[in-house]
Amino acid sequence: MLPLTEETDEAPRASADGVRSAAVSDTANGVRAAPVGTPLAVSALRSARSPARRSLAWTPARLGVYGFLLTAALFFLLPLYVMLVTSLKPMEEIHLGTLFALPLHATFEPWRQAWQSACTGLECNGIRAGFWNSVAIVVPSTVLSILVGAVNGYALSFWRPRGAGLLFGILMLGAFIPAQVMIYPLVRALAFIHLFSSLPGIVLIHTVFGMPVMTLLFRNYYASLPMELFKAARIDGGGFWRIFVELMLPMSTPVIVVAAIMQITGIWNDFLLGLVFADADHLPMTVQLNNIINTTTGERLYNVNMAATILTSMVPLTLYFISGRWFVRGIASGAVKG
Amino acid sequence: MSNVAIRNLSIQLGGNTVIESLDLDVKAGEFVVLLGPSGCGKSTLLHSIAGLIDSSGGQIEISGEDMTWADPKDRGIALVFQSYALYPTMNVERNMSFGLRINGTPKHEIGRRVARAADMLQLGPLLKRKPASLSGGQRQRVAIGRAIVREAEVMLFDEPLSNLDTKLRTELRRELKQLHRQLGATMIYVTHDQVEAMTLAQRIAVMKAGVVQQFDTPENIYNRPANLFVASFLGSPGMNLFRGWLEERAGRIEFRNEHLCLDVMHYPFKLPVSPGQQCVLGVRPECIETGRGDGSDKLLYAHVSLVEAMGAHRVLWMDFFGTQIAGIVQDQQSVEVDHPVAFTIRTQRISLFDADTEQRL
Repeated sequence: MLPLTEETDEAPRASADGVRSAAVSDTANGVRAAPVGTPLAVSALRSARSPARRSLAWTPARLGVYGFLLTAALFFLLPLYVMLVTSLKPMEEIHLGTLFALPLHATFEPWRQAWQSACTGLECNGIRAGFWNSVAIVVPSTVLSILVGAVNGYALSFWRPRGAGLLFGILMLGAFIPAQVMIYPLVRALAFIHLFSSLPGIVLIHTVFGMPVMTLLFRNYYASLPMELFKAARIDGGGFWRIFVELMLPMSTPVIVVAAIMQITGIWNDFLLGLVFADADHLPMTVQLNNIINTTTGERLYNVNMAATILTSMVPLTLYFISGRWFVRGIASGAVKG
Repeated sequence: MSNVAIRNLSIQLGGNTVIESLDLDVKAGEFVVLLGPSGCGKSTLLHSIAGLIDSSGGQIEISGEDMTWADPKDRGIALVFQSYALYPTMNVERNMSFGLRINGTPKHEIGRRVARAADMLQLGPLLKRKPASLSGGQRQRVAIGRAIVREAEVMLFDEPLSNLDTKLRTELRRELKQLHRQLGATMIYVTHDQVEAMTLAQRIAVMKAGVVQQFDTPENIYNRPANLFVASFLGSPGMNLFRGWLEERAGRIEFRNEHLCLDVMHYPFKLPVSPGQQCVLGVRPECIETGRGDGSDKLLYAHVSLVEAMGAHRVLWMDFFGTQIAGIVQDQQSVEVDHPVAFTIRTQRISLFDADTEQRL
């Protein structure tokens, strides 16, 4: 229901599985951990009541759970493994067709090529230009869309202007209409204000497309804060911006982190909008990657392609590793509640 | 100092009329408590005085000026919330000075006012702490401090003590009373706790369903309730009520029912009464005297069903021809459950209400 990329969908699912399996192993060892959630507490209770069951840790059901988890993990990890291994092999080894074998003569040459000299169409400057383009798109788009979302959410939940509900409804409608439907009208509109095919143009597009979800996220967060806080600030004489900047923004750190993760990964992974709205000098990394893979001069360089792909997915991947916990917390606290 | 005058005020919330043509006059420097059960509109009234809720009709005057549509910050008021509503990201000092910083008050003046408030409320050592590291009582002190630094002429309190435990509540209640004497500001205080109302107020406005039932001193509210609602809302245990009628006998007026006959000759009737009129007699538990008495009043008999020890006194629940009545026993007099007990009703502080209109006679 949220316009998330595939990866953003997987992160919470994976860690939810992690929590569940932790609960399973705790009871298997007869350890009664602090009850984190009801399922854990219930299962701990159950194991305490019937000590005989503790020794029978490897029931068919448990084996099934482990089997499923391992299969699922393998299913998602295998492609990554193949990519990593292939990117480290010289072309001769790839020709042998040993897809799953570890490289015999590991080399970082394909990585260097992917970064510096792979050909995207006629130019052969590697993917690094795309990297910096993506950074130039992601940073202002993320900051702007979060700011707009925060102001919207703040106004909708505290100031409640006339017709706020209707406004919010229309905004949400925007989140449910597929982006593809809006592309052509947006191209015409941007061309009209001379922003089509430019960096400000693509930043504006990302800000607009991020607005519904960002507004929803911040609205729900602010709705969970006590109204009296706002009233107290009103009596203290705070106006719209003063209360927002001095009171609400400093309190919004958790939701800003979540919003930043969502926007950075979402915008980094975007292909279509970048392809349509960015000019040739500001094509994002994803578009450059596509160009590298589709540009063949003679032999298809699988190792370079793999390295370029990993390089492209490095930013969202790193972000998940650093902030997976925050992300799940955000999903649980705000984004889904509406 | 400012007075607050509310004229003909009506408030609608979500299509429901919460308050309809309400009048209330609070004198300058007075401590007034709005008392009533939950949902009676007392908090709504307070918030509309603060300017947080728009009225749908009528007028609110603060120190002679019409403030009905003024912005909260321009009304010269300060409001203390039940949930404290402290700004969580600011320390105590910045919490208290937030309003002053917005006004552009000079730095030394802010420092002076914060220091004074901190001194009054013993917040000195806590000035650099965040609200999260304060206890409930300390948080409420900070919230009160935030109201004090505004040096507002009218201070509004919205059930400020109801989130605290009994001991703290008693302590802060005393401090609030002291504060009122020190500051001399007009204070309007909302609560549903009758002990708070009785101890703090100079005048209490008892409210029910958006209507002020009685607006008088605590003594009068307790001893001369204006109607049955006020009579039964105040007091713990509640007032004992007996249904009956009035009779005139040999030039004396008597209250009578099947089991009871009471001379009400000296009762100060407010309204003209006629013999045979249906009415309700209200007797405070402390006016029910167990034992033989001095013989001047008529002895009545009831069956003791329960004795509650309260420390300083005991509450005696008695079965009087099928109705439960409560009396208070002060001395060491022995009373036993399931035994009959003799009692008399002291007639000096009884109340009589019309059975139909429920108004005081």
